[in-house]
Amino acid sequence: MAAVVRASGTATSELKKKSLVPYLLLAPGLLWLALFFVAPIITLVGTATKTPGAGIGEFIQTYRWANYWDALTGASAQFGRSFLYAFIATLLALAIAYPLAYGIAFKSGKYKNILLVLVVAPFFCSFILRTIAWKQILGQNGPVYRTLLDLHLISSTTHLTASVPAVIIGLAYNFLPFMTLPLYGSLERIDPRVLEASGDLYANAFTTFRKVTVPLSMPGVVAGTLLTFIPAAGDYVNAEILGNPSTKMIGNVINAQFLNTQDYPTAAALSFILMIAISIMVMIYVRKAGTEELV
Amino acid sequence: MKTATRWFSRNLIRIYMVLGFSYLFVPVLYTFIFSFNDYVKSNLVWRGFTWNNWKQPCGVLDVCPALGNSIKIGLLATFIATILGTLIAFALGRYAFKGRAVTNTLIFLPMASPELVLGASLLTIFLNLGMNLGFWTIVIAHVMFCISFVVVTVKARIASLDPRLEQAAMDLYADERETFRRVTFPLVAPGIAGAALLAFSLSFDDFIITNFNSGTTITFPLYVYTHAERGLPAQANVIGSAMFFLALIIVVLGQVVSKKRKVGA
Repeated sequence: MAAVVRASGTATSELKKKSLVPYLLLAPGLLWLALFFVAPIITLVGTATKTPGAGIGEFIQTYRWANYWDALTGASAQFGRSFLYAFIATLLALAIAYPLAYGIAFKSGKYKNILLVLVVAPFFCSFILRTIAWKQILGQNGPVYRTLLDLHLISSTTHLTASVPAVIIGLAYNFLPFMTLPLYGSLERIDPRVLEASGDLYANAFTTFRKVTVPLSMPGVVAGTLLTFIPAAGDYVNAEILGNPSTKMIGNVINAQFLNTQDYPTAAALSFILMIAISIMVMIYVRKAGTEELV
Repeated sequence: MKTATRWFSRNLIRIYMVLGFSYLFVPVLYTFIFSFNDYVKSNLVWRGFTWNNWKQPCGVLDVCPALGNSIKIGLLATFIATILGTLIAFALGRYAFKGRAVTNTLIFLPMASPELVLGASLLTIFLNLGMNLGFWTIVIAHVMFCISFVVVTVKARIASLDPRLEQAAMDLYADERETFRRVTFPLVAPGIAGAALLAFSLSFDDFIITNFNSGTTITFPLYVYTHAERGLPAQANVIGSAMFFLALIIVVLGQVVSKKRKVGA
């Protein structure tokens, strides 16, 4: 739009001369992304087809594409777990974040900005420290465990940490701001008069919410769920700190193979499969939800 | 009974908000409380109140050098990413050019890729090139994932500008350069400041990508993670809490300044 404004105000010759400017502005940043994002992904694809060489950590390019299949079948349980945990954590985060974003957008008046800052504020306290704090809160000596024990809701043999729910609670917690902010963004844009109109047409509060508010907030729901699901599916810190050996996610496998066993081809294959799997899911989801504009 | 139910349903959303914010802040509060713990070796059980950890935040081996690395890397990565990202944002927000869709995709993809894939693929290329992992490979990685967030933040600010302000400047015989310097840039500046703050906090708190590309360099999140099993000193809680309050103060000051400016204008 701005370009149109400018075009109407300046001579056409000047606009032509300017045609190099955007490319000069783009060049340094895009070059950085090409070198350190695109090229690495391409290298990843190549590394995945290598086979072990003479020494440990040495690999020769033999274009063994079956590596992908081997990697996938070897870690299918962890793949399934990652997507399942990420899916449940995303639903949980949505359930917590929607009323929160709704309240900030419609019920906070002049405190809106302060509350928005508070949503992001936990980010500033190291995310690993907070995950460790969850381990303490849910742990044997923590308040949650003690209370549940006193109420006889759990027996002393039950553990709250080192379990599937703990991992999912941790995942939902860590990415909650990523869910809340886009939701707030789309709720805040809703014209209050539209909601009034719905009331004037004899819709009760619930119907208005279901038929007007929710559909209008869909772009926020799509963006928020993606920003939660994607990092959650690739996370391994929560599974490491709050889980046990049977809650290992694909991230734990990739991390261990890269940094401990140094099986680079398998790790590279798994990383690439994870990326492709997530991209396919995102594409199907975005198409179904009918939103194109994400950035 | 009926009034109680009515009060409840009227304040449902507020009650819910209190619960939601509690969920967000309980771990932060826990970290803060345990920064005062008179711990021995492992900071997992409450043993009594002390100021000692706050008096000697560097009292444990390695924790302050790790913090120093995180701050240095954060500032460098923020500086580079903010410049590169702002340039891209101006190109996208102010010019019509071919290759726009490709650019948008290239900006969006790093944000849509799991950190694990970004970190692992960078490690692969560094290994293939035989590069030494350490301080600079972390900076390179952090700039890479911060650029997209800077572009999105600054672009949103540019898009929200009223084009009539620039037109007015031109009508008052300001040339393009002067309009940019005296109207456009000052109006976009708060967005750039916000983007820089976001970039710094992303870099400062990053663990996954850093863990892949750090070599023997230790940043603060790496320190916390590697010490979590053997027993984390309360000094880590002190630093985490201090950063939290510092960031909060900066954000609140920023809001006050921008509000004053608006009133002044």
